[in-house]
Amino acid sequence: MHLAPYIVLLYLLAAVLFIVGLHQLSSPKHARSGNLVAALGALIAVATTIALLHHSTLDLVLMVVAIIIGAPVGAVAARAVKMTAMPQMVASFNGVGGGAAALVALVEFLRVPAHSSPPLVLSISVVFAVVIGAISFAGSAIAYTKLQELMRGTPITYPGQQPVNGAVAVAIVVLGVLVVLGTLSSLGLWLLLLLALILGVAFVLPIGGADMPVVISLLNAFTGLAVAGDGFVVGNPVLIVGGTLVGASGTFLTKMMSDAMGRSLGNLLFGAFGKIQVSEVAGPGGAKSVRSGSAEDIGTLLAYSQRVIIVPGYGLAVAQAQHVARELADTLEKRGVTVDYAIHPVAGRMPGHMNVLLAEANVPYEQLKDMDEVNDAFKNADVALVVGANDVVNPAARNSPGSPIYGMPILNADEARNIVFMKRSMRPGFAGIDNELLYDPKTVMLFGDAKDSLTKLVAAVKAA
Amino acid sequence: MNAQLVNEISIFVLAVFLGFEVISKVPTILHTPLMSGSNAIHGVILVGAMVIMSEATGPLQIGVAFVAVILATINMVGGYVVTDRMLEMFKSRNPRGGARS
Repeated sequence: MHLAPYIVLLYLLAAVLFIVGLHQLSSPKHARSGNLVAALGALIAVATTIALLHHSTLDLVLMVVAIIIGAPVGAVAARAVKMTAMPQMVASFNGVGGGAAALVALVEFLRVPAHSSPPLVLSISVVFAVVIGAISFAGSAIAYTKLQELMRGTPITYPGQQPVNGAVAVAIVVLGVLVVLGTLSSLGLWLLLLLALILGVAFVLPIGGADMPVVISLLNAFTGLAVAGDGFVVGNPVLIVGGTLVGASGTFLTKMMSDAMGRSLGNLLFGAFGKIQVSEVAGPGGAKSVRSGSAEDIGTLLAYSQRVIIVPGYGLAVAQAQHVARELADTLEKRGVTVDYAIHPVAGRMPGHMNVLLAEANVPYEQLKDMDEVNDAFKNADVALVVGANDVVNPAARNSPGSPIYGMPILNADEARNIVFMKRSMRPGFAGIDNELLYDPKTVMLFGDAKDSLTKLVAAVKAA
Repeated sequence: MNAQLVNEISIFVLAVFLGFEVISKVPTILHTPLMSGSNAIHGVILVGAMVIMSEATGPLQIGVAFVAVILATINMVGGYVVTDRMLEMFKSRNPRGGARS
């Protein structure tokens, strides 16, 4: 498509706004304005495109109808979603983007008249965008289902899984080459779309729920690349820049996330991490005893401590207990107890998720301590209060090389003089691994819903 | 290879490097919002969806393009709104934030 100079310049402006916005998003101070800058870029890009099209009235009406359907769906979902469900929300927005990218390429290919061979660049970018976009769509859908717990969060494996996935990938490559060479008509492309959807599903199934954030980040980069591919398909520079920026920065972000979990990306994607295994600590039939305490006892313990470190996990968020947790911290501080929150990089279900959740409850920023900052403090802490967290304090990550989480950096809650675990039940954490810390003689369990338990603790501390 | 393609490849290669450089060391706390924000940026696929909508002929192409526009709009609108909601919570809690700049 030939673009008039003013259109190209407006697209350039939009691209610049994307770049500035993305840059600002990576610094805490400017992140919010960065998002708005990028949104302005998107608005300019869309408005410019309206001017560019030589549409018929029917097209225009349909386009407006489609936007009127889509915009409220996106806005309402984004407004209504609970902060705890943020990861699956991002997964679904990413998935629909990937789906759109695949469909755009598909339509462009269908437009090529029969018995005429499309230019090589067109077919290569069409095949690329259809395959990558469809993988992102299907993969995000599975990630959503797992995080929403519509399906088991643990890895789903079956014999020969990786070879079968490999075979599907090879079939996609072969079919892709045939389509590019023009041996196959659009039927080949439909088949390619189907295979890519299958691969997207098969590729995410064996990945455990705890690793899903990294997968979503990777699929986000995939969608970016598919969008860039579409840029070549329809000859549009703003798609190339926007898509490529996300593809490249998303890859980088994915690497940073897996580094924060102390794992390599390959291990994470293909290691079927978090598969439930018979823990070597448990042994056959070895029912180990745990000590459980009353809220009154634990309240007294907390009230007469010097230093308490709260380790919040996803369980706290699910119970909507952020506010009560803050109330407990405030009550303790009034008695002169020093209280900090130890935030594991992957606490919650996405990196940085817990910070968002606690910020929502107006927990002062200064009390949120990063893992590196707080880990040496545990040995001087009287109580480590673990609220709805599990895997991030599991010493197996340090001690047992056989464990799937071995090597993941953890919070040294086990070094505290007392450990209080607030859990619903003895069920293992999201990664599905038993936690030996629960059986530590220093550990007291307080069973029940995190919110109820915390409320009881607040009362107990006040009474002490 | 025509001039337009050469331009497009140049833009692509430069954007790859820019994408790597533009986000430097991101604190963990911003990983989630950054992922969500970049997710919104690829919502620009709406532009592509609009272009094919205007070019599509016949019920099949128009139907597929129609779906593409809906999906792309959800990605773009939802992406920016949800990112803003997340980042809204970081506001004003850094006491040094407001005074300067």
